Amino acid sequence: MKTNYTGQPANRVDGSLKVTGTAKYAAEFEAEGLLFGYIINSTIAKGKIKEIDISQAMQVAGVVQIFTHENVSGLAWFNKSYKDMDSPPGDPFRPLYDHKIRYSMQPIGLVVATTFEVARFAASLIKVTYKEEKLVTNLQDNLHRSKKAPMGKVGYVQPKSRGDAESVFAKAEYKIEGEYVHAAEHHNPLEMFATTAIWEEDGKVTLYDKTQGVSNVQLYISNIFGLSLKNVRVVSPFVGGGFGSGLRPQYQVFMATLAALELRRPVRVVMTRQQMFSFGHRPGTVQRVAMSADENGKLTSIQHEAYGETSQFEDYTEIVVNWSGTMYNCENVKLKYELVKLDVATPTDMRAPGAVTSAHAFESAIDEIAYAVKIDPLEFRKINYAEDDQVEGKPYSSKELRACYDQGAAKFGWSGRSIEPRSMREGNQLIGWGMANGAWDALQMPAKAQAVLSLDGKLTVSSGTSEIGTGTYTIMTQIAAETLGMDINDVTFKLGDTLMPMAPLQGGSWTAASVGSAVKAVCEEVKAKLFKLASKTKHSPLSGAAPKELTMAEGHIFLISDPGSRLSIIEVMRLTETDSIIESGMSGPDPAAKTTHSFNSHAAVFAEVKVDEDLGTVIVTRVVCAVAAGKILNPKTAGSQILGSVVWGISKALEEETVMDNNFGRFMNHNLGEYHVAVNKDINDIDIIFVEEHDDLVNPLGIKGVGEIGIIAVAPAIANAVFHATGVRVRDLPITMDKVLQLAEEDKNQVRV
Amino acid sequence: MNSFSYHRAAHPVEAVKDVNNQSDAKFVAGGTNLFDLMKLNIEKPSHLTDINRLDLGKIEVLPNNGLRLGALVTNAATAWNKDVEENYPLLSQAILAGASPQLRNMATNGGNTLQRTRCYYFYDLATPCNKREPGTGCSAINGFNRIHAILGTSETCIATHPSDMCVALMALDAKVNVTGVNGERTIDFADFHRLPGDTPHLDNHLEHGDLITSIDLPADHFKTNVAYLKLRDRQSYAFALVSVAAALKMEGNVIQDVSVALGGVAHKPWRDRQAEEQLKGQSATAAGFREFAETVLSGARGFGHNTFKIELAKRAIVRALTMALKNESTILSDLSKA
Ligand SMILES: Cc1cc2nc3c(=O)[nH]c(=O)nc-3n(C[C@H](O)[C@H](O)[C@H](O)COP(=O)(O)OP(=O)(O)OC[C@H]3O[C@@H](n4cnc5c(N)ncnc54)[C@H](O)[C@@H]3O)c2cc1C
Ligand code: SF4
Repeated sequence: MKTNYTGQPANRVDGSLKVTGTAKYAAEFEAEGLLFGYIINSTIAKGKIKEIDISQAMQVAGVVQIFTHENVSGLAWFNKSYKDMDSPPGDPFRPLYDHKIRYSMQPIGLVVATTFEVARFAASLIKVTYKEEKLVTNLQDNLHRSKKAPMGKVGYVQPKSRGDAESVFAKAEYKIEGEYVHAAEHHNPLEMFATTAIWEEDGKVTLYDKTQGVSNVQLYISNIFGLSLKNVRVVSPFVGGGFGSGLRPQYQVFMATLAALELRRPVRVVMTRQQMFSFGHRPGTVQRVAMSADENGKLTSIQHEAYGETSQFEDYTEIVVNWSGTMYNCENVKLKYELVKLDVATPTDMRAPGAVTSAHAFESAIDEIAYAVKIDPLEFRKINYAEDDQVEGKPYSSKELRACYDQGAAKFGWSGRSIEPRSMREGNQLIGWGMANGAWDALQMPAKAQAVLSLDGKLTVSSGTSEIGTGTYTIMTQIAAETLGMDINDVTFKLGDTLMPMAPLQGGSWTAASVGSAVKAVCEEVKAKLFKLASKTKHSPLSGAAPKELTMAEGHIFLISDPGSRLSIIEVMRLTETDSIIESGMSGPDPAAKTTHSFNSHAAVFAEVKVDEDLGTVIVTRVVCAVAAGKILNPKTAGSQILGSVVWGISKALEEETVMDNNFGRFMNHNLGEYHVAVNKDINDIDIIFVEEHDDLVNPLGIKGVGEIGIIAVAPAIANAVFHATGVRVRDLPITMDKVLQLAEEDKNQVRV
Repeated sequence: MNSFSYHRAAHPVEAVKDVNNQSDAKFVAGGTNLFDLMKLNIEKPSHLTDINRLDLGKIEVLPNNGLRLGALVTNAATAWNKDVEENYPLLSQAILAGASPQLRNMATNGGNTLQRTRCYYFYDLATPCNKREPGTGCSAINGFNRIHAILGTSETCIATHPSDMCVALMALDAKVNVTGVNGERTIDFADFHRLPGDTPHLDNHLEHGDLITSIDLPADHFKTNVAYLKLRDRQSYAFALVSVAAALKMEGNVIQDVSVALGGVAHKPWRDRQAEEQLKGQSATAAGFREFAETVLSGARGFGHNTFKIELAKRAIVRALTMALKNESTILSDLSKA
């Protein structure tokens, strides 16, 4: 028996539940008399509802009720009641609160019926008349209206400039500048947002919800509906992908709760795929980067400004330009981040929010400046390598980015690259190699967990975190089993229930570190208890042993000095007449470490593209992603995170974009036929490397989280490869054939000097 | 989705009658397009006539050695049919460039020709659309029109016909066999679909109740020197921005016969027979192909986001003809991942 689990490629403990369809998702919980809701969304982007005529719809057999702002009352009055743990500054959107339309596809009503189909049909009979107002949704045309991004969203920090970048830039010999753009993107996890709300006789409500944070939903719902926390239970054992879209409570949970409370019946509300485009998204952003370097390739100035879109009612912020101040050694850095308010839904965190956006512009610009001084882009990065956090002036707890460079480059064969663009081809396919690097925070949040060891030697550990497909069940089970030296099959981890100890939102790549540390802490307490009990056993090999003389493995407690002297967990409990051991524990970041060190994970990405010279089509043929993220708890689940990130990065670089029609202020490609994400055929070779990185400071487990670091540098690596292939810079994502061709055409017409 | 009545037809004539009985009845075959549109309330038939049990599921060699494709043969079965693969590889290539394996397993040949446009506005009831609701206006002309038509457009509609299969059928001079209330008739593929004109709500020349029974391919027609080139925003499972079905009949380096149809550029698969005539008898050169492409696209008009298609289509024609000349196919070589 092996009880050394962390670091091993353990299979997913929930794998068989998932592939056999036994794992239950929010829309799969049944209840007697269940009703079905269908959400109605606005067809205009801005104005007022003059009338909602529900008369015809109410006639449809099977329709129970139709909720609109006209007949919903009793909701909380104050803006602050609608805030959740991830709210940006501003006034949160309140569903069905008034007749105002703030963005296109805003939810404006809910039809509740005995079947989903009846509700959907009835919804088609509802006639809404509007008074339309002039709308603004075009980010690029409205940059002049930008305003400084305010503080207030959890984790947001204002960027800090240093030195005098402008005048250094003005005098510099080697310099570049460019504007980079990407449009809005929608998360589109496979599982649609859904809630099954169960009303109970005693005024309680249980919500089976798709969410990345059960506690956040509990808080939100209890505030809005004036229920005490103990009367709102939120359950979410499985989530079919989140990517940030489930950090804030989505409006279907409001709708389902409202209907269940009003009708005193169980109600299920599931969004349609189209409705998955009707709330937060990665904000479209325009960025300007200017840089200068000396003839030795040392960066002399960096200027980075970003303009992100936000809604009229909330100021969604993300950390975009700040990264540009930390990545490389440079004395003169000028950073600016502003928001443009548009008639759109408030953007929401999407996988590596801000960093992905930033890296696209900044790491492409690094490539440009490297070309300006004619230095290999990887070499250029090494020349400017920052040992310490350039903003905070603190050393990193660990930073094995150089190892990522070296191992990634070796695997990719980077040394065989000629620096000249258009220097490699196969027939009419131009081949290009590009690279980029990225960093992400290695954060830990306070989290709680509980452990119950029962007489049969089985351990159940629980924490109210969520499983968005990242492998949380598996790694927590591994940590618990290893800490207590138990067989992994004797350990069960439970999550996703507000009756469990509270955990932070599942985001920011901090779950492994936060919940994992709590799980470890609580298991250590169980262990301490077991040692105490073992020493109390009479006439046993362990009688009177001091805790420090004991250790655990293979389901046994034994003397370190004499492994033969041992008792099984079950024996210890029997001999001491202990029915069960229940421990609760908590773990949080070490505040002292934060004052002395900075904590980041890093990655270097190398990409090969083939670009058709005549047609402009781009294929990514190879990607190597080398990651430094501390100890890797499970190379299999961690590897999947990085693989998925690289796939998404390819998708982002070449395909993803939610297209806004600015006449209607409406996203038009709101389905998966026209919102393109990478498909099987778009994905070729992907190699993942986890470099060794030892870190005693970051947290007791030495881990940094791998949910986001993998995606950050992918798009710029591809964009840089496209430049290497073609000699033209496509600064707008996605890089589609029309853009490549247009720039190639313009480039041809330019006189080269 | 509206409520509808349903009837499973046993015979073509019965099916035709069943649809004819109600002005808003429709046939349903694979349902891959119709059901989507019904769920979105774009199509609202009050009655569905299910034709899947009709005896139209065969591919047969005709007495004149042509090939008859039953209307109910699936796109997948057609593409992988031995006769089609051997004698009409262009059709196999085109079909396999479309949709996904799952869809091709459901989609039928009849349904494919009648699939409706993918114009975003047509699919969204929140926006005006002349094709969906005549007279309401065309949102695409001044809206986001990157996927829209550059040839044969009208002020009322700039939508494209999204099919890949039909582009090959156009190039191969197929004929569509139809059974209607007044009996059977055959329509040349070139006359099957319409341009939008001022009737953008009409996609083709079928009358209400007309049932497609089969599609015929002429004998000995472009067995070699063909290529289907599809340019799209991802490698699979995306509609064509521009596609080209190119077929050549060579004698040495001299072009005996040529057929080029374009997809993704017009309300119907686009072919320019005059330009083809000019190419015949010439030797195959890149310059000649380019000149041909210039002629085909001479009447093209862009609407902003889609203007790039004009140059792209020219280049695609040159590339497809070059591939056809060399007997190269981008599609079949890489099918393991399609
Ligand atoms: C996401 C997605 C991607 C796709 N991508 C592509 C692509 O890249 N390329 C491509 O070519 N296609 C693509 N398709 C379209 C697909 O090929 C069509 O949906 C399919 O061919 C329709 O065939 P069906 O049998 O399912 O038709 P149905 O949906 O059953 O019917 C379509 C229409 O044809 C009528 N009809 C059907 N059979 C007959 C008949 N025998 N006689 C008279 N009327 C009839 C029906 O009344 C209906 O109006 C895609 C579809 C989807 C959903
Ligand atoms: S192009 Fe045609 S289908 Fe599209 S909006 Fe205009 S009228 Fe409708």
